[in-house]
Amino acid sequence: MNEPSPLMAQAERFLSALRHCQLLKMRVERADADGITLCLPYSPQIVGNPQSGAIHGGAITTLMDTALGMATLCALAEFEVCPTLDLRIDYMHPGQADKAVYGQAQCYQVTRDVIFIRGCAYQDDPDQPIAQVVGTYMRLGKDIKGGLGFGRQLKAVAQ
Amino acid sequence: MIPADVHAQLRQAHAQGNYAPLLQLIPYASLIGIQCSRDGDDLLFCLPASADNIGNPLLPAIHGGVIAGFMELSAALYLLIFSESASIPRIIDFSIDYLRAGLYRDTYARCQLWRQGRRVTNVAITAWQGDPDQPIATARAHFKIKELPVPLK
Repeated sequence: MNEPSPLMAQAERFLSALRHCQLLKMRVERADADGITLCLPYSPQIVGNPQSGAIHGGAITTLMDTALGMATLCALAEFEVCPTLDLRIDYMHPGQADKAVYGQAQCYQVTRDVIFIRGCAYQDDPDQPIAQVVGTYMRLGKDIKGGLGFGRQLKAVAQ
Repeated sequence: MIPADVHAQLRQAHAQGNYAPLLQLIPYASLIGIQCSRDGDDLLFCLPASADNIGNPLLPAIHGGVIAGFMELSAALYLLIFSESASIPRIIDFSIDYLRAGLYRDTYARCQLWRQGRRVTNVAITAWQGDPDQPIATARAHFKIKELPVPLK
């Protein structure tokens, strides 16, 4: 087994601090300079349509808001708290029951104040996404209340 | 398709102002704990404060995805009750603007049906915590619906 990369360890540490993501049993699949991929396992508790067993859009949105937000870890030299300004999700086709959903995201423009991020949610094939997502995240900087300590915490364990 | 007896159930739920049996049918509704109540002719949705919905441990604040999910579900329930769709409304797209942090408190939402076409509806959703004039998020969703066949005259 290879040691997880510092970025991967930092991402896992970050995700483990988000209680609702723990409830959904989300995990980090990949984290590198190109972006991040998270996995949302299928579970009966996140079903939105009891007739088809399809996962509710809210759980997909949670996966994607988390993935886009965590993509900032891949693009910034140091940890910064980056709350979501806006998020748009286009549903390409309904997801299938009993299958995990993967959420991948990458930052495509980093400016002084905001970061533009896009991604997609898919089940089997990244080229056949169930949803396309685009969002804008605000850079609050390193010195925001609690942010510095939280950043150090992520780093300390990652290194 | 929504069977006729489910339509009857929906009308009854609205007439009695008791939406709990409807919410129990949707697992995701129970997961986040959404509640719905009648407010005159309108519907008021509530997401009671729950530690399980927290996504930002620093403030702490509700996960942005849960706020979005709460608002999307509110819009879908609103359509189920107010549009006589022959099928369960299916989400086409969803766009949300976050205006303030959703703190670890009760959150409320109200919907506005801006346009109901034959196939697509446009719904706006506003969410707030203490003060309805200080929303924490606004959102807009398009849903695909199916027009009920016009009864023969």
